[in-house]
Amino acid sequence: MRNLTYIFLGIIFGVAMYKAEAASWFRIYEMFNFQSIHMFGFIGTALLIGLIGVQWIKRTHKKDIDGHAIQIAPKEKSIARYLFGGVLFGLGWALVGACPGPIFVLLGAGLVPMIIVIVFALIGTFLYGILKDYLPH
Amino acid sequence: MDLIMKPWPWYIGGLLVAIVMLSLILVGKNFGFSSNFRVMCSALGAGKYSSFFNFNWKSQRWNLLFLFGSILGGFISKYALSDGQSPAISSETVAQLHDLGFYSAGNSYYPVELFDNLSTYNVILLAIGGLLIGFGTRYAGGCTSGHAISGLSDLQLPSLIAVIGFFIGGLIMTHVLFPFIF
Repeated sequence: MRNLTYIFLGIIFGVAMYKAEAASWFRIYEMFNFQSIHMFGFIGTALLIGLIGVQWIKRTHKKDIDGHAIQIAPKEKSIARYLFGGVLFGLGWALVGACPGPIFVLLGAGLVPMIIVIVFALIGTFLYGILKDYLPH
Repeated sequence: MDLIMKPWPWYIGGLLVAIVMLSLILVGKNFGFSSNFRVMCSALGAGKYSSFFNFNWKSQRWNLLFLFGSILGGFISKYALSDGQSPAISSETVAQLHDLGFYSAGNSYYPVELFDNLSTYNVILLAIGGLLIGFGTRYAGGCTSGHAISGLSDLQLPSLIAVIGFFIGGLIMTHVLFPFIF
């Protein structure tokens, strides 16, 4: 049952990304040219509702479905890793026109060449694992 | 029905993504799509080469199921919930893309010049893009879902730095590198 919940949420996510066009290379290009409100509105809406929801969950000390206290672990403090890693990801995001979620959403929509992106994203992740001790964090 | 088959407005997309993120929190998980790459590396045996992949990847099985759902979501959208959707990007964007050689701009969901013509050059571009996405997301500790949506919703400063990084990278690619690449 729980497994079906994860799959169901994934389906909602996939449909939302595809139908509202956050999975379109063209929309990403348009965003980086500041030529439409579309993507900013998309992320902004998600953020606004997410912000209200997360603050509500925290202030009311909501428990999760299993009765455990919900704890959102703060991310470790650093500038270098977020900035350098962020820039590298941003370069890839604009080139492929898709962040990790939409890569798989588009694969489902029949865009088979996304397999190339996925294979190399796995190689990129692997390289990070090998090199991480030599990188500024 | 017509409303469903047409493109959905951005606020519906944003609303649904927020609901997905909050639902995951309420079932005791956290929204972070790119973590799946690390999980997959671990499942493929990368733990032999780096301790970074030495963790109980099966505890992240839920995220792989979420990923599987998102593939299904793409399939359902394309084949059941749309009839040839092509984003109505601004005319300025279309004109710019025509100048870059993307004539499918405005009448396709994705640039067919990049994805339907698997020349060696395009394969190299997709490979480089994949490497940057895989390496960059792990280095930054998250992607758009983990930082721009979840992290910023939790008012985390590291996520703000990461999102600024995403935009610096995206702007460099779009404005500085695209004229050389395309």
